[in-house]
Amino acid sequence: MKIAVCIKRVPDTETRIRIAGDGVSIDEAGVKFVLNPYDEYAVEEALQRREKAGAGEVVVVTLGPEAAQETMRTAFALGADRGILLKADAIPADALAVAKALAAELKDGGYDLVLFGKIAADDCSQAVGPMVGELLGLPCVTAVTKLEIEGGAGVAHREIEGGVEVVAFALPAVLSAEKGLNTPRYPALKGIMAAKKKPIEVKPVTFAASHLRVVALEPPPARKEGRIVGEGPGAVGELVRLLREEAKVL
Amino acid sequence: MAAILAVTEQRDGAVRKVSREVVWAARQLADQLGGTVDALVLGGSGVDAAGAALGDAGADRVLVAADAAFARYAPDGYAATVAARARAGSYAAVIVAATATGKDLAPRIAALLDAPLASDVTALGVENGTVTAARPVYAGKAIQRVAFEGSPAVVSLRPNTFVVGAAGKGGAMEQVPAARVPVRVTVREVKASEQGALDVAEADVVVAGGRGLKGPEHFQLVEDLAKAFGNAAVGASRAVVDAGWRPHAEQVGQTGKTVSPTLYVALGISGAIQHLAGMRTAKVIVAVNRDKDAPIFKAADYGIVGDLFEIVPRFTEEVRKAKAG
Repeated sequence: MKIAVCIKRVPDTETRIRIAGDGVSIDEAGVKFVLNPYDEYAVEEALQRREKAGAGEVVVVTLGPEAAQETMRTAFALGADRGILLKADAIPADALAVAKALAAELKDGGYDLVLFGKIAADDCSQAVGPMVGELLGLPCVTAVTKLEIEGGAGVAHREIEGGVEVVAFALPAVLSAEKGLNTPRYPALKGIMAAKKKPIEVKPVTFAASHLRVVALEPPPARKEGRIVGEGPGAVGELVRLLREEAKVL
Repeated sequence: MAAILAVTEQRDGAVRKVSREVVWAARQLADQLGGTVDALVLGGSGVDAAGAALGDAGADRVLVAADAAFARYAPDGYAATVAARARAGSYAAVIVAATATGKDLAPRIAALLDAPLASDVTALGVENGTVTAARPVYAGKAIQRVAFEGSPAVVSLRPNTFVVGAAGKGGAMEQVPAARVPVRVTVREVKASEQGALDVAEADVVVAGGRGLKGPEHFQLVEDLAKAFGNAAVGASRAVVDAGWRPHAEQVGQTGKTVSPTLYVALGISGAIQHLAGMRTAKVIVAVNRDKDAPIFKAADYGIVGDLFEIVPRFTEEVRKAKAG
């Protein structure tokens, strides 16, 4: 089974975001970058599928700057075999431009599965995976929490409001991983050593026109200063009065 | 004339609340552009009753694409039908809800139309004739403002962001064709969750619990308070989801759901930056925590410091009384 996992280098979720001087991006000084949290589930799923099949290859594909090689090595340490870096110093805001670049790379790769994390922790678009599915004309299921593959057919669960959809599809397919799909492993020392030697093919990327322009990046509106109503159960009466008369939510 | 296409969602033939928000947002945008609103209903049979509610929320016309396969979400057929309709109507914008369905559907529509997408949008506007949008990024730690430089603007709209008024439009019903395309994925079955149909991302009130509850069995306190409010969903912090106390569907925060309820009650949640990112757009935040220095109190409008095992039962009792009175 040949599996592509599309991963992204993103700021650690602990990061406090500061806006850069250009007013449209973040100040990267001092920011720690990590493998996108949801991509961990995609990588783990690919590794488990390869292990179960007893043969195959897990290729990590990423679109990003030179520094994204470090992120790819994180996936290598877990067990991925090799990487393809579509080198771009700036990633377009238009997810479709990104999806087109990835689809062009994946199209003739002969992959049985193309996996994504459900959402990237930076742009929060949740768009590139299903766009790639559409561009490649492949079955696509997003936010998968459970996956069964038997022969050339798969059944995936995806969480919806108040329930779960059970979705059937045929391979090859594009899937995006939701938390809960599996439990990502930790890298072993042997894996970390091996990761240094795994090959990364660096390719230039040309983007289609971006039809979405970032006008500004701003801090979220500040919440007005809150207050401690009181201590212990004795404060509940006052809280309920405030919710009713001041906040008018009760 | 710039028309807006509002794509609605139905479950078992009933239009979802969030779809009225989508129609209302489309109405506001159409009014700024001097255009009209078409609401598109995709469903099996029995979706004809949708017209009145959607007209009231702002739809000039309600277009119904009926197909036996559309009773459940049919990704390929829905996307192709919306795209075909969007092409036929030369819309300035196509708006869907950023729900489980909408987040899956919107990127497919954008890809089919070769059009730009803004996901999880919290505000829409028009500047110099161009549609603009604001959307939380970095899990709510920053707001990105974007301008669409291609048409139509494809938008998914965050639930619970737009307060629906009465637009009093006609909502005249028309049938439109359902697209016939190869079906690549099929929703075979929908399993209802034990927690019930009220999702944490769409509820008016969210009562969430964290580590301070000390064990999964004490979530009864959270559930009782949610019941007292009546229209509340139960939420959970990442810590308790990772510990297996609660399902991931209830997780609020960076690796869970982002919520914007009218009221958010945090019980025994310290308020890690990832959690605050997921609920800071709630209109009113109440926190109960024993640590007066917990970061959650910086985000909360109202806080009570103390033992939640003493405070929450009293709170539940008072809310019950307030609701009854």
